[in-house]
This record gives sequence, structure tokens and C-alpha cells, in this order.
Amino acid sequence: MSKRSNEPFLWLLFSAGGSVSALLMPVHLFLFAIAFPLGWLDPPSDETLLALIRPPLVRVYLFVFCFLSLFHGAHRFRFTLYDGLQIKHLNEIINVLCYGGAVLGTVTAAYLLWRIP
Amino acid sequence: MASRITIEVTRYNPARDPEPRMTSYEVPLHREWVVLDALNCIKDHLDGSLTFRWSCRMGVCGSCGMMINGVPKLACATFLSDYAPGPVRVEPMRHFPILRDLVVDTSDFLMKLARSKPWIIRTVEKPADEEHIQTPAQLEEYRQFSMCINCLLCYAACPIYGLDPQFTGPAAIALAQRYNMDSRDEGASERLDSLSNREGIWGCMFVGECTQVCPKHVDPAGAIQQYKLTAATEWLKAMVLPRGAK
Repeated sequence: MSKRSNEPFLWLLFSAGGSVSALLMPVHLFLFAIAFPLGWLDPPSDETLLALIRPPLVRVYLFVFCFLSLFHGAHRFRFTLYDGLQIKHLNEIINVLCYGGAVLGTVTAAYLLWRIP
Repeated sequence: MASRITIEVTRYNPARDPEPRMTSYEVPLHREWVVLDALNCIKDHLDGSLTFRWSCRMGVCGSCGMMINGVPKLACATFLSDYAPGPVRVEPMRHFPILRDLVVDTSDFLMKLARSKPWIIRTVEKPADEEHIQTPAQLEEYRQFSMCINCLLCYAACPIYGLDPQFTGPAAIALAQRYNMDSRDEGASERLDSLSNREGIWGCMFVGECTQVCPKHVDPAGAIQQYKLTAATEWLKAMVLPRGAK
């Protein structure tokens, strides 16, 4: 390949993110956005939750989950803006906003997971 | 079943008309008639100036693609009785410039098709008396994609092609993949050079309309997704492996 495009890289992240979030996001959303707030299930105490996410493997899991889902969302949102709003000429700004947002979110996730006492 | 049905057909003569207009015709509604029969009936008995492409009448030549009630279909494979009591709207294929009435200009596709290099590429030709042996399993790898009849219904259905005419489009990419999957071919990396870009495979959003309308069940959307995976794998290999190890 002579002309290197970064599109394969972004697409790999998009695909991996799509699979990961399709499999795992519904469970997380159901528990933390519906079942616990509506009282269908007893929410775990803060201490239990902290103990649950303290092991390094769980942190890595949460990091990968956030990282891939964010890049999946960024890629999808980028093309929604391109084709849905017909603003492909703002290409560079859209790329910076979408993938920049995903990088920012990933760094924030890494920082928060790192800071867990 | 009513004995007659109304057909609304796009008429356009670029020498005379400022823009295309719809004209209605009433034709007999026979159970065995397809839209192409109705158009031929109009041409033979009502208005000889009606212009449209057709040839084989059996879904093989790919000439009679048109929009029938807004959906890209082959006029020879679309029964009038499915649209009774009518009216049936027949328009030229979307996303292509109209030359006259139902005839569109497909030169953009032909240019893109050549860019996909849909022929067998060999680095070294075998001597003329030696065969290229292929097993049934190897044939099966690409057979589905080789069924394309270039009818261009997939281009009329593809919203990306409608938005961005630079996009190579479903049939041309599926045909490139047909040759990539052929065990006798050695041109995959050449094709990747011309198709692994924003106008090629990465322009596809996997809407899947191409596969929905394909009269030969080619599944161009599937071909493009396969192609993306191959391109991504090649990209990863180029990243990870040292230069020259590919």
C-alpha cells in the first residue's frame, strides 16, 4: 500500500468498540441507569462497589470498555455529521471534535481508574 | 383483477424539455405481464418516442433497471399485478444523469469499474498450455460476487453514492472483491491501492440497501465489509511486521 490512510485504524477501533459496547453496554445501563435507580434491585453500597473495581484486572476491563466504546461513538458521530448534516467540508474540525472527545474521555477514564484508592 | 392499469412514466427530452415530467398511460393488466411489457405496449401502441433500455427480458443482461414506485428494480422481473390496482410510477434510476426518458448515463460507473481492475492479474503468466486449476471450494469463495450483471440497481439504492458521487460504489467494489477472492488472481494489493481510501471501501457506511435491491443476490454490502477486514488486516501487518516481511 502506497497511500497510507488512517481509516483502517479508526475502523478497527470502531468495529471493536461496536462489538464490545453491544455486548456489555446494555448490562451496565440496565443495572446502573434503570434497575438500581428504580429500586428493582438493591444497589450495592459505595464500599462494595469500590472493592469490586479495585483489582487491576477490573480496572483494565473498565478502561478498555470506556476506550473502545468512546472511539466507536466518535466514528459513528463523525459520519452522522458528514452525511446527516451534509457538512463534510468541515472535515478537520469534525475529526478533532469527535476523536479529540474520545481521547479526552479515554484519558479521563484512565485517570479516574488510576486514582481509585 | 381490473383489466387495465395506469402507468406514470418519466418523460424527458433534453433538447425540448426544461426538466423531466411524469406522463400517464393506461395499459392492459395481464397476470403474466411485467413492467417491461407495459413499457413496450406504450411504445408499440401509444407513444413510439418513449425511450428505455432493455434486452434479454429474463434478468440476465441488466439493462432495464429503473425506479418502480420509488424502488430500484429490473423492469423485466417486476410483475404489474403486484401493483394492482395501480397506478405504477416508473422513473429512471436515481443518482444518475438522465439522457432521455428512462435512459441514464452510466459513464461514471464504467470509469470506476475500470479503477477496480475487475480482471485476473498475474505477476507471472503461466505458459499457454498449462491450466489454472481451481477446486469447487475455491470457486465457491467468489462465485456469489461473480453473479453481478452490472444493472446498477445498487447505485440507485446507495444513499452514500447519492450524497457523494466520488464514492466508488457497491458493484465496482464487489467485483474487485470477486477477483481478490479468486485463487488464480494475484492483483489484490494493486486493487487495495486504488480502493483502500475514503472514495473506496472506507466511504461505505454499511447501510445495506445495495444488498436489499440486488436482483442476483450478490450481497455487495457483505463484499465491502469483507474487503474492509482484509484492508485492516493488511494495514496491521504493515504496522507490526518489519519492512519487506509481508
